[in-house]
Amino acid sequence: MLKYLLAVLTLTIIFPAAVKGENPAHSMTAAEVMKKSQDAFFYQGVDFKARVMMKLVSKTGAVRVRELSMLRKNYGESGGDQKYFMYFFQPADVLDMTFMVYKYPKKDDDRWLFVPALNMVRRIAAQDKSSSFVGSDFTYEDVSGRDIEDDAHELVMEAKKEGAPCKECYAVKSAPKAADTAYSYKISYIDGVTFLPVEERYYDLGGEVYKVFTADEVKVIKGIPTVTKRTMKNLQSGHRTEVSFTKADYNIGVEDSLFSERFLRKPPKNRIE
Amino acid sequence: MRKTIIVLLALFFAAQSGHASAEALSAHGFVQGNYSANIDSANPDNGNYKWSEERGQLKLEASKDPVRFFLKADAFYGHLDEKADVELREGYLDYTSGSWDLRAGRQVLTWGVGDMVFINDVFPKDYEAFFSGRPMEYLKKGVDAIKAGVYPDLASFELVVIPFFEPNNYPAAKRFWMYDPMPTVTNRVTDQPVSKPANTELALRAYRDIIGFDTSFYFYKGYYRQPSMTPDSFTAPSRITFSYPGLLVYGASAQGAVAGGVASVEAGYWASQDDAKGTNPLVPNSEVKFLGGYQRQIAEDLTAGAQYMGEYMADYGAYESTRMQGFPKEPRYKQLVSVRAQYLLMHQTLRLGWFNFWSPTDKDYLINPEIRYNFTDHVWGALGVNFFGGAKDTTRFGSLDRNDNVYTQLRYEL
Repeated sequence: MLKYLLAVLTLTIIFPAAVKGENPAHSMTAAEVMKKSQDAFFYQGVDFKARVMMKLVSKTGAVRVRELSMLRKNYGESGGDQKYFMYFFQPADVLDMTFMVYKYPKKDDDRWLFVPALNMVRRIAAQDKSSSFVGSDFTYEDVSGRDIEDDAHELVMEAKKEGAPCKECYAVKSAPKAADTAYSYKISYIDGVTFLPVEERYYDLGGEVYKVFTADEVKVIKGIPTVTKRTMKNLQSGHRTEVSFTKADYNIGVEDSLFSERFLRKPPKNRIE
Repeated sequence: MRKTIIVLLALFFAAQSGHASAEALSAHGFVQGNYSANIDSANPDNGNYKWSEERGQLKLEASKDPVRFFLKADAFYGHLDEKADVELREGYLDYTSGSWDLRAGRQVLTWGVGDMVFINDVFPKDYEAFFSGRPMEYLKKGVDAIKAGVYPDLASFELVVIPFFEPNNYPAAKRFWMYDPMPTVTNRVTDQPVSKPANTELALRAYRDIIGFDTSFYFYKGYYRQPSMTPDSFTAPSRITFSYPGLLVYGASAQGAVAGGVASVEAGYWASQDDAKGTNPLVPNSEVKFLGGYQRQIAEDLTAGAQYMGEYMADYGAYESTRMQGFPKEPRYKQLVSVRAQYLLMHQTLRLGWFNFWSPTDKDYLINPEIRYNFTDHVWGALGVNFFGGAKDTTRFGSLDRNDNVYTQLRYEL
C-alpha cells in the first residue's frame, strides 16, 4: 500500500497547462481537438479504476457525500463501447448497491441496478444521458462522455479573451445537433499538451453561463495524465459537486466477467476496495 | 434473547474496532421507527394501528478470500403485541471460486421481472409487511437454503436447495379485516411440510443474454406458499387445517431495452401437484401465468411504468363442477394491471412514489402513494398511504377495503 502511494506521489506532477508559442488552434480542427480530448479524458488505458468521493454542496454549505468504487473497461477503439461497474459505500442507505452500465455511443446505454436488501437485479430505463448522476451536478454524460458526433464543434478565440481559464489552450464551442441537453452550447477549454479539459462553461438558452466544470487537479498515473479532482458548479442554484479520485489506476487487468449479473450480486472484494 | 443481544453487540464493537486495520470486517446498521395508523376503521380487535414498532438492525460482514460471512439481525419492540424479540433476517457463508460459487444459510432470493407480482419468484413473501407500510425490504422473507452457482460460457446456472419450508406471511386476522368463508370455525391448525429429503424444495434458474435481452429459464419443485383451507367436514365443520399443496413451476422471463425504455415479459406454468385434474376444490388448480411490463424515463428524474398480468386456470370445467358452494367463484381468466411512477427532486433526496394495482376482472384496487426524504446522509423518513377497495368483499384487495392506513418510516442509518 505504502509502496503504491509512493509510486503515485513520485509520478505526480502538475502538468503545464499551456503550450508556448504559436496558437495551436491552427493545426487541428475543432472535432479533432474534441476527439483527442475524449481519448485523454474518458478512454485512457484498457481499463481504469478509482475510488470516487463526491461532495454535493448546497448553496447554504450543507454537504452530502456519495462514495463509490468505479471500474471501467474499454471495448473496441477509443470513442467506442465501454462497460462501467460501480459499487456504493456511501450514503448508508445505498451501501452495497452496485450499478452497471454498458455504454454505447450510438444508442441508449444498458443499465442494471442491484438492490442488496431485496437481492434483486433490475434493468433501469436509461433514455436520458443528460440526467443527473446520483443527484449530483454531474450528468451521466459528464461521467462517461458524450458522442463527438452529437455536437457541432467550432474553434473559438475565447482562450484569448479576458477571464479565460488558460491562455494557451484550445477553446471549442460545441452545440448539440439535437435539443437533447439542458444547455444550448458549451465552451470547452482544452489543454494543448494533455488534451484534458481545463474548464467547461455551459450556456443556457439566453446565452448566459450557468454551469461550470473545472479540472482542479491532474496527476500522472502510470504515465497517463488524469484529472483526479474536479468540480461542477451550477451558478443558478449555487449548488456544486466536488469529485476526487483516489486509488486511481490503469490497466489492472479487469476481467470481462466482472460486468455480469453474477458479480453485480456479489461484487468481488479485490475489485471494489 | 438478552444473550443474543449481548453477542451481537460484542460482534458489532469487534467489527468496529477492526474496521481500520482490516477492511475485511465491517459493521453497519440502523435504528428505525415504523408506525401505521388506520384511516378507515378500527381493527377487528379494536386497535387503531396496523403496525407500531421500533427496530434496530445490525449488519456484519467478514471476509477472507474465498470465504465471506454475512449477518443481518434485527432486534425490535412491537407495541401492538407488546413484544420484544430478535430476528435473524439473513446469515450465510459465501464461497467464491473462479467458475462457481456457493451460499449456505439464511438468504433472501429474488428472481423474475415482475413488479410486486411473482410468477417465477417462488420464494417467501411477507404481505403483511407490504400492506402495513413497512419498508420494502421486509416484503421478502429469507429462506434457509443452499444456493450453488456455476458460470460456464454457455449460460449461468443457479440451483437452490431448500430443506426447510417457509410459508408466505399474510396479514394477522386481529389487525386486518379480510374475507373468511368460514368465520364460525375458530379451531384452526396449520400443517406445514416437514423437513425430510423427499420434501426438499428445488429451484433452478438458467440465464444468459439473448440478442440484448436478459433471458432466464426457471424450474421449481416445492409447495404453494399460500395455504389451502381444509375443513374436517363439509356439512358440519368444526376444524380447519391450513396446508401447503405440492407445486411445480416451469417458466421463463426476458428483460431488455425497447424504444428508450425497459420492456419485461415473464411467463410460468404452475402445475398443481396435489390436484392434477383440477377436481379437488380444496387445492388450487393448475394455472398459466404471464406478465408484460414497460418502464421508461418521461423526463429527467421522472420514471413511469405499467404492467399487465394474466392468470388462466387450466381445468376450469373441473373447477366449476366441483367447487364448494359458499366459496366465491373464481373467474377462468384473471387480470391485474399495475402502474408505478417515481419522481426524484432536490438532488434526488426527495422521492415521490406512486404504485397501484387494479384488477379488471375482480374490480378491486390497491393504491400506494409515498413521499420519502433524506434529511441527511444518515436520516431518512417516509410517509405513505395504502388504500384498498373493490366491488366485492371477497376479492384480494376488495376484502381489504376497511384496512386503509397511513404509515411513517423514520430511519437513522450508519
